[in-house]
Amino acid sequence: MTGRYARRYAHVVTMPTVPAFGPEAAARLATMADVTASDTALRRFLHGLPGVDAVGLEARAATLGTRSIKTTAKSYAIDLAISMIDLTTLEGADTPGKVRALCAKGIHPDPTDRTAPKVAAICVYPDMVKTAKEALRGSGINVASVATAFPAGRTALPVKLADTADAVAAGADEIDMVIDRGAFLTGRYLQVFEEIRAVKTACQRPDGSAAHLKVIFENGELATYDNIRRCSWLAMLAGADFIKTSTGKVAVNATPPNTLLMLEAVRDFRDAVGVQVGVKPAGGIRTTKDAIKYLVMVNETLGEEWLSPHWFRFGASSLLNDLLMQRQKLSTGRYSGPDYVTVD
Amino acid sequence: MSEKSEKSERLSVFKTYKLYVGGKFPRSESGRVYEVTDSKGNWLANAPLSSRKDARDAVVAARKAFGGWSGATAYNRGQVLYRVAEMLDGRREQFAAEVAAAEGISKAKAAAQVDAAVDRWIWYAGWTDKIGQIVGSANPVAGPFFNLSTPEPTGVVVVLAPQASSFLGLVSVIAPAIATGNTVIVVASENSPLPALALGEVLATSDLPGGVVNILSGRTAEISPSLASHQDVNAIDLTGADAGLAKDLQIAAADNMKRVLRPRGAKDGDWSADPGLDRLKAFLETKTVWHPIGV
Repeated sequence: MTGRYARRYAHVVTMPTVPAFGPEAAARLATMADVTASDTALRRFLHGLPGVDAVGLEARAATLGTRSIKTTAKSYAIDLAISMIDLTTLEGADTPGKVRALCAKGIHPDPTDRTAPKVAAICVYPDMVKTAKEALRGSGINVASVATAFPAGRTALPVKLADTADAVAAGADEIDMVIDRGAFLTGRYLQVFEEIRAVKTACQRPDGSAAHLKVIFENGELATYDNIRRCSWLAMLAGADFIKTSTGKVAVNATPPNTLLMLEAVRDFRDAVGVQVGVKPAGGIRTTKDAIKYLVMVNETLGEEWLSPHWFRFGASSLLNDLLMQRQKLSTGRYSGPDYVTVD
Repeated sequence: MSEKSEKSERLSVFKTYKLYVGGKFPRSESGRVYEVTDSKGNWLANAPLSSRKDARDAVVAARKAFGGWSGATAYNRGQVLYRVAEMLDGRREQFAAEVAAAEGISKAKAAAQVDAAVDRWIWYAGWTDKIGQIVGSANPVAGPFFNLSTPEPTGVVVVLAPQASSFLGLVSVIAPAIATGNTVIVVASENSPLPALALGEVLATSDLPGGVVNILSGRTAEISPSLASHQDVNAIDLTGADAGLAKDLQIAAADNMKRVLRPRGAKDGDWSADPGLDRLKAFLETKTVWHPIGV
């Protein structure tokens, strides 16, 4: 396993970690060009990854979920979690008014307490990017847009690329793409790889900068932990800046075990290639308690470097209200209620 | 040897009393229990010693249940409450024994108390679809409008149950609050919580949606302050609080302008008297609608 070699020889070869969206990342990924040279090579590499010990993984995730985080640590965790939220609205019924309201909430999550941090990004459909961009002007909050025929991803590549380019042109700072699960499950890994590469290229802006690319696996449809591990490596090799668990549109979304597995893949990838990739669990995280469990996993698996909105995000909508109610409880000493946060 | 064991007495089965929150029977989140004794100090059972987190969970459950319960028709609520009375009636002996042990009164007196409690439950069940006619009205206004005032439930109500009357008093404070469509969190009598915890078992088997009544046992002075200051609680009934605690709770409740019921006079007086409509009216808000007349 490349990760183990890298750790064993870490004292011999020093390889500073570079961010996935930085200019040096391409050179690092090029060192792995042999495994992505052909479909056969890629399959051999992905299937050569060690199998996942499902019982061990679930037990580890459950153990990390039992940590008790109280008082000042809890207060820190709540503020950190708020600042990591990709506040999301992905409904057919989204209107410009709703998107603007969500943007206003993202800038000042708690209007009664201006010390509450702002969220990391607002996540919308491509046609709402312009509205969100205008509403967020000057706030420092990014606009994330889903693209590539979210959530199913069942269209031809040119359509997906046009969808992406359109969102980038409208001002999206981050693109959340979905992989072609059909191709992945059929075993056409190189097709998935090339598609991610193509979308990454489509994220380029004319001025040479690029929107950050998050790659959504839809873990609930990948069926096995082994597939999630393979998919993580595949996406990171293809140049993903972030890997994201799910769309939030299927029954099984982010769970502690499948997120832990992705965190471990990111850790091994950093050890092997020296590229830092972010992780975004999305869907199903609704309570402060859950969010803190995820933060504990990040800290224990990847370390403090990842405890920042640059490297870890929550894709959520209702989570923010629960975080705010807990925050009010900590600052006032009395339990808050849903009457004191917005309905969205 | 075999002869002896055949004759040996059956081992007694100790009952684990548990909380009743959201239609389920959890232990206290804190894992704590306290010893409940009868009036002579003999051990009866261990009851859960609720923490403020149990109180918080109970509020969440009560809030969740409020929409369905307050939205049910008054007739339907009456049917459900009548069903509760039926179930209570079937377990009269159990409650009589628990009340006798808790309050140190004779079996006959305890049985009379339980009968009175069942009757009271039925009495309140009958009021669900009649209270609107009594406290609502069609108001005469100087204009072409129908002007109608109707009572609406206040919301999530915290009830500190009477400390001395462990069952009749308990029923007399719960039934009127839920009859009008509120959902309640009951803090049971501190020294004799067993009838209240057993009431949870009756409610769970009688069509009452989970979360409409949530029963906590423990130290009233420990649980009630966080409930009184809770922003998602709409009203609090201070029947079971002593004067000092009641004052503190009123101050805490002022912050989100909770409706506070502080019964006057002897709180643990005679619950057998006709309760009147005061407790039904205590947790109602009046909604007035103006509707244009004619076409």
